[in-house]
Amino acid sequence: MTAPTAASTAPMVELRGVHKAFGVLEVLRGIDLTVRAGEVTVLLGPSGSGKSTLLRTINHLEKVDRGFVRVDGDLIGYRRAGDRLHELSERHILRQRSHIGFVFQNFNLFGHLTVLENVVEAPLSAQRRDRAQTVRHARELLDRVGLADKADEYPRRLSGGQQQRVAIARALALRPKLLLFDEPTSALDPELVGEVLDVMRDLARSGTTMVVVTHEIGFAREVADTVVFLDQGRIVERGTPAQVLDNPRETRTRAFLSKVLP
Amino acid sequence: MSSPAAAHAPPPKTSPASSPGTNADPGSLDAAARLTVVPARHPWRWVATAVVAVLTAMAVNALVTNPAWDWPTVGQYLFAPSILRAVGLTLRLTVLGIVLGFVLGTLLALMRLSHNPLLRGVSWTYIWIFRSVPLILQLLFWFNLALLYRAITFGIPFGPEFFAVGTMDLISPLTAAVLGLALHQAAYAAEVVRSGFLSVDPGQLEAAAALGIPRLRQFRRILLPQAMRTILPTAGNELIGLVKGTSVVYIMALSELFYQVQVIYTRNGRVIPLLLVAAIWYLALTTVMSIAQFYVERHYGRGASRVLPPTPIQRLRASISAASAGLGRGRSEE
Repeated sequence: MTAPTAASTAPMVELRGVHKAFGVLEVLRGIDLTVRAGEVTVLLGPSGSGKSTLLRTINHLEKVDRGFVRVDGDLIGYRRAGDRLHELSERHILRQRSHIGFVFQNFNLFGHLTVLENVVEAPLSAQRRDRAQTVRHARELLDRVGLADKADEYPRRLSGGQQQRVAIARALALRPKLLLFDEPTSALDPELVGEVLDVMRDLARSGTTMVVVTHEIGFAREVADTVVFLDQGRIVERGTPAQVLDNPRETRTRAFLSKVLP
Repeated sequence: MSSPAAAHAPPPKTSPASSPGTNADPGSLDAAARLTVVPARHPWRWVATAVVAVLTAMAVNALVTNPAWDWPTVGQYLFAPSILRAVGLTLRLTVLGIVLGFVLGTLLALMRLSHNPLLRGVSWTYIWIFRSVPLILQLLFWFNLALLYRAITFGIPFGPEFFAVGTMDLISPLTAAVLGLALHQAAYAAEVVRSGFLSVDPGQLEAAAALGIPRLRQFRRILLPQAMRTILPTAGNELIGLVKGTSVVYIMALSELFYQVQVIYTRNGRVIPLLLVAAIWYLALTTVMSIAQFYVERHYGRGASRVLPPTPIQRLRASISAASAGLGRGRSEE
């Protein structure tokens, strides 16, 4: 767990009154959430509770219908003029996203590019960084996730756990302010989950701001500063892991935990 | 050489009586491990081989011994300057047709996949019309465009004109042929390219968007190279189809390969050998393209399969070295 420091009091992510519907299906029904810099927030909830959608609104992969999202003080996807929100052009949105790392459940590595090419692609094209420096940084990151020797392999030749670690290195290569994880271990064989969680634990210790959707209760208990429990598009309960996981106040939280805890 | 392996065989875990299905003497799994495998025999395979061999011999014999094929005349015209020029024109029509066709086709595919209903509608209509009307008919329309529009003017749409060009001057038979082939090809290319785009996992573009990669770069670096794996085999088909398809423009009296051999055989009456000359050239062009296709596909296959398939040359080398190694081992064992 990261100790609260002076820096960690500034909000990194703010969601206010976020609503989102797919057709008639209301997925998010008024979400208010604050994540402080340097904190790890874990989103828990039954499937269909809206936790993945919530995560995807933070980097505007999903547009919100009502409410707003701010990352490090900047509105995401919109520009405010008076009391109106104007949607930003795709170019601006892409630029905003390049400061927010996103790790997918299915890795989504670019299969036709080598591991190193995967990692350097976005810093070079989205952030126009210097090539030699980016390659050096990419190799450091691959070393950090324990895959320095796989730089020239193609993703399909790696195990699922290795692929997800490459995906994390790829997200880190953008030097993001914030890392979002969407069920990063759900597509992995049980014996490969540990290696990915180890990398994430290491990131949390180094003070990276993270929002993680996961079913790994053990990880949440050990690493999270805040656990948020969602159900049917609303935040049911939030607090420290000790509060939410060990002493849940709400019956829905208790019902969910009784199903997922061994 | 199998005896050392048998020595390493693990001891049987189940009692012999409880292992059904083994015909061997129960209680001697060690003995069973030493048995030799005899491959099944396939007598009908030998019969089929013999039949096909005889039929092949008959076909070759019919080709070589019948004087009506007139091989000397074939040899005489195969590299004649007029034929070579005609092959050149056929190639030019093919290259222009396929390049312009796929450029326009990619544009049509992007329009078809866009969110704008007008663009989608226009693309759909284009593909509908140009796939429905026979190529030969389309070519004649372009050839006779001057009958429809005497002049083509350039200016502001529905506004003032800057200058006009007579249609006859602008659209030569060659231009008409290229236009006809390319516009027809574009309709097919659009569907080939669209199928390629659809074959790429949407997660790839989502990841590119999440990383903030600029839109054009997403298309060029992420989408297109992966779509190519699906596009290439069909595009190869289209290319080969077009090589032969160019023969349709003989109706416009353009001296491509097929028209040229017709000109020669109406003059000297040697129909069969000259058709053979054309056939050989089409075969040669197609062969070169098929080989090129293999290597281009291999290039875009990087990362798709765990190991790239070997090239024919690599396979040949491997089998030669395997054979020589086998020979060497055989000798040393003697």
